[in-house]
Amino acid sequence: MSETLVSARGLVKRFRTRGGWLGRSGPDLKAVDGVDLDVRAGETLGLVGESGSGKSTLGRLLIRLIEPDAGNVRFEDQELTALPAGELRRMRRHFQIIFQDPYGSLNPRMRVGSIIAEPLTIHRIGADRKARREKVLELLDQVGLEASAVDKYPHEFSGGQRQRIGIARAIACGPRFVVADEPVSALDPPVQAQILNLLMDLQDSLGLAYLFIAHDLRLVEHLCDRVAVMYQGRIVEQAPTAELFREPKHPYTRALLDSTPSIRPGEPTPPAVEGDPPSPTAPPPGCRFHPRCPVAVDLCSEKQPGLLPEEATHRVACHVAHETNSRVRA
Amino acid sequence: MGVLLQIRDLKVHYDGPEGPVRAVDGVSLDVQRGETYALVGESGCGKTATALSVSRLVEPGRIVGGSIRFDGDNLLALTEKQMCGIRGARIGMVFQEAAAALNPVMRIGSQVSESLRLHQGLSRQEGMKRAVELLSMVALPDPERQARAYPHELSGGMKQRVMLAIALSCKPDLVIADEPTTALDVTVQAQILELLRRLKQELSLTVLLITHDLGVVAENADRVGVMYAGKLVEEAPVHDLFDAPAHPYTRGLMRALPGREPAAHRRLPTLAGSVPDPTAPPPGCRFHPRCPEAFEPCATREPAEIETAENRRSACFLHDPRHVSVGEGSA
Repeated sequence: MSETLVSARGLVKRFRTRGGWLGRSGPDLKAVDGVDLDVRAGETLGLVGESGSGKSTLGRLLIRLIEPDAGNVRFEDQELTALPAGELRRMRRHFQIIFQDPYGSLNPRMRVGSIIAEPLTIHRIGADRKARREKVLELLDQVGLEASAVDKYPHEFSGGQRQRIGIARAIACGPRFVVADEPVSALDPPVQAQILNLLMDLQDSLGLAYLFIAHDLRLVEHLCDRVAVMYQGRIVEQAPTAELFREPKHPYTRALLDSTPSIRPGEPTPPAVEGDPPSPTAPPPGCRFHPRCPVAVDLCSEKQPGLLPEEATHRVACHVAHETNSRVRA
Repeated sequence: MGVLLQIRDLKVHYDGPEGPVRAVDGVSLDVQRGETYALVGESGCGKTATALSVSRLVEPGRIVGGSIRFDGDNLLALTEKQMCGIRGARIGMVFQEAAAALNPVMRIGSQVSESLRLHQGLSRQEGMKRAVELLSMVALPDPERQARAYPHELSGGMKQRVMLAIALSCKPDLVIADEPTTALDVTVQAQILELLRRLKQELSLTVLLITHDLGVVAENADRVGVMYAGKLVEEAPVHDLFDAPAHPYTRGLMRALPGREPAAHRRLPTLAGSVPDPTAPPPGCRFHPRCPEAFEPCATREPAEIETAENRRSACFLHDPRHVSVGEGSA
């Protein structure tokens, strides 16, 4: 097993909601509610869940783009959450992010060359402008763009090409960890395949670790070494990819897998799980999935199920699965 | 059976800064009564423009050629007033953005009964009663209460159920569903597709489904048309299409899907290049610059649609016996 690169313990992030009366604030929304998670060097860890499950917030917490309300994050032997701003900025070259929206995440008034050179300037990589320009050309080549892209503006590129620009910027200063937040969700399937291949090639050549945030389980199954499933701010299951897809233990994971349309016509379609995700400002007591869960028992509405420690290979937060497990062992 | 919707040589143009954009450039297809016909393709391929043409809602674009016959009537020859009598009554529509399609300041019940009152002359009271029945048909929980609610009080999935209730309110013959689940989470998408399949059975609907998701196609369609750059490049029954895609573009689309090929290869096979600029499509077959199998005629001449098997056609010179001798390239 490879070494742990990023390690989060007890992460909590609350957001104030508005909607109160006369400017009073509404109830707190716990976007991330007590998450332990490790990312190992060189691996791809998939983070799946539906909108509002907290997966993007968790991704941003791991690289301290936002501050947690509780818990800590370590990057190798550095405690990120305790670093002063200046040192954090110096550390940032080691962890980067790729955003979903290739239209919104690039400055429309900057030329591509400057967009990619910006992190090099900030981190004082390259001796002078000329050296940095060389590096930019090398990066463009690495992500499969023509050298002529350097003097163009983002609007001159297609969605897939813009995502390549975002990737070049993210790898510019040689990070070891990249949060890829739905990097292909806005792209058409053939373009998705091109970008996924690029991400895998870069991982092979640069030894990157990815947190791959996605809602499409077919992509996750193809790309990831391990997968964590989030529901309403908590990780409900985590396992090596093949195991999770072969033997999902949490009823929510099963619902997600059953809901993903099969690409083989004629395969029977499992019945859909009922109900909508609960309101994040008023989550149900106990297990947050219990109102929609087909196998819930009384305990599920009373007590929040725990997740095994991060060291376990297959972690699940479900009373019914725990019960089955202990019966199998007995 | 029998043909409910017949589209012939449809052409739709949009005005662009550099001249007309040929969004749909000569599409012909038949939708049989009782089937789900799926149109698939990438963004900008013209699938939505084709579907919107059926309800004559392509503005700011223009239908510049072709014909659309619906149950025998040529829709393009009707007056706008006559078209209003069909749209929403005999042709129901469901769009991707339910939130944008619903009126935010109108109660759900009034929106569901609106077309009933318009097309069938129901009174306010009768309309409301029928609206509650329709909401219960689309399995909206507590329909009496929800009929009095406003759209913002409903979740995304519930709003899409309301859209379905509206689309089905006048018992249409044809439902056009344009990316009906694209904006939804996967568990909610599964609920809506399940509902659509059930209602199609119960009400013997004909569905024209527009989607970019081949999984949605595999689970819901009877027949499939694949579009590329304004053209229909292949059409086949769903099983045949997935078992043996014929057109090189369809084959490329299928191969790029994760999980279709055994996971032995980490890299996904991709199509080289990107979709052409719609204002200046390449000459000949529009796919030829990206096609791994392009040969002599592809760059200069447009391929005709060839019937490759029963109920199957492909617009590719590989399948044209005049260009390929028997036994060669007949993949």
